[in-house]
Amino acid sequence: MTAVRLAPATSTALADLLFGMADDEFVIGFSDSEWTGIAPILEEDVAMSSIAQDELGHAKALYELLAGVLDDGRDADALAYDREPEAYRHARLLDHGRGDWAMTIARRFLYDTADAARLASIGDGWPPLAELVAKIRREERYHLMHVLAWVDRLARADGEARSRFVAALEALAPDAPTILAAPDGEAALLESGILARSMPSAFAAWRGEVARVLGPLGITIALEPAAGASRHRPAPSTDFRWLWGEFTSVRRSDTGATW
Amino acid sequence: MSPAVAPRIPDEDAVREVLRGVADPEIPAISIVDLGMVERVEVGPDGIEVELLPTFVGCPAQDFIREAVIEALAPLGHRTVVGYNFRRPWTSDRITATGRANLAAIGFAPPAEPADVRCPRCGSGQVIRDSFFGPTQCRSLWYCRGCHQPFEAFKPI
Repeated sequence: MTAVRLAPATSTALADLLFGMADDEFVIGFSDSEWTGIAPILEEDVAMSSIAQDELGHAKALYELLAGVLDDGRDADALAYDREPEAYRHARLLDHGRGDWAMTIARRFLYDTADAARLASIGDGWPPLAELVAKIRREERYHLMHVLAWVDRLARADGEARSRFVAALEALAPDAPTILAAPDGEAALLESGILARSMPSAFAAWRGEVARVLGPLGITIALEPAAGASRHRPAPSTDFRWLWGEFTSVRRSDTGATW
Repeated sequence: MSPAVAPRIPDEDAVREVLRGVADPEIPAISIVDLGMVERVEVGPDGIEVELLPTFVGCPAQDFIREAVIEALAPLGHRTVVGYNFRRPWTSDRITATGRANLAAIGFAPPAEPADVRCPRCGSGQVIRDSFFGPTQCRSLWYCRGCHQPFEAFKPI
């Protein structure tokens, strides 16, 4: 596969975009895999495990593209496992742990809809990413159908199910827009056609979609655009530090081994 | 570089014929050819090149299939390179008629939009989806109200 040669500024911006996309898929995939064996019903054990497997597969493919762009000797595994917790660029939404089932569904709903808006923003400026995204979108369709069925189920239930779900949405709403925070160097990505629309445009589309789903259910949440650099944070959450300890533990147990 | 000792260069059809014997490790009833994974076969003086399309991005069978292809083609006596890419997205429309028949024969409903899914055992259309997700990434769980049996369907993707 011959990659299209990129200008240095475009390459740096592309790496920032890929770090965000790959870390998001990796963190939510790993986090949701924790439901394997303990989900509320058997079908959801299977569903969350399968969704997690999809997301980790997407993360792996994105880290492989990133490894090629960075070309600094790190492979996909090194990018996924060998960074300190502070260096991950996942959206702040994913600094929240999976919580209870209502929190998991609220988190997946906000993530899947925002991720769909992000994937729809990828243009054909860099074919390796455009081709991968075309494939990923076909799989994400199932994640969306799954989560929308659960949003409906929880929101239409009386009592505790609905109140827990609404509380979870409200707790996550301030951090959800970071999924669509503009990557560093967004202008270069737009100019090269790697992005077909800006992240502020994607954000506006996403906010409309969230309202379209939640409005008929009588739920309103406030979503405000995230600042540009909001994926960079000096101190990740306690939930993420715990998760990092989990997902790096095997790798750290035998440095350099091939698994 | 003596032509007398080099094995004869096989033609593309011969390679594809061998690949018909390589099964999907998750659904052994269907070959990777009938699954529509084989995008390109090229045979040249440097060896055999096989380009495959992954059914799902994160399908864990990819490495197994690569090894199986190399092993199956080894008797032809040429260096074989197997590559994966997403140049064209694999879709369930790539499954051949033979592949669909093989799936149905072992109890998997071939990929279809939900309204068109039929029970692979009794043919009834009185079916309900239990779950969008099944034991592997490419399968979903269904129940037939006609013969009261659970079954799996290949996801349309």
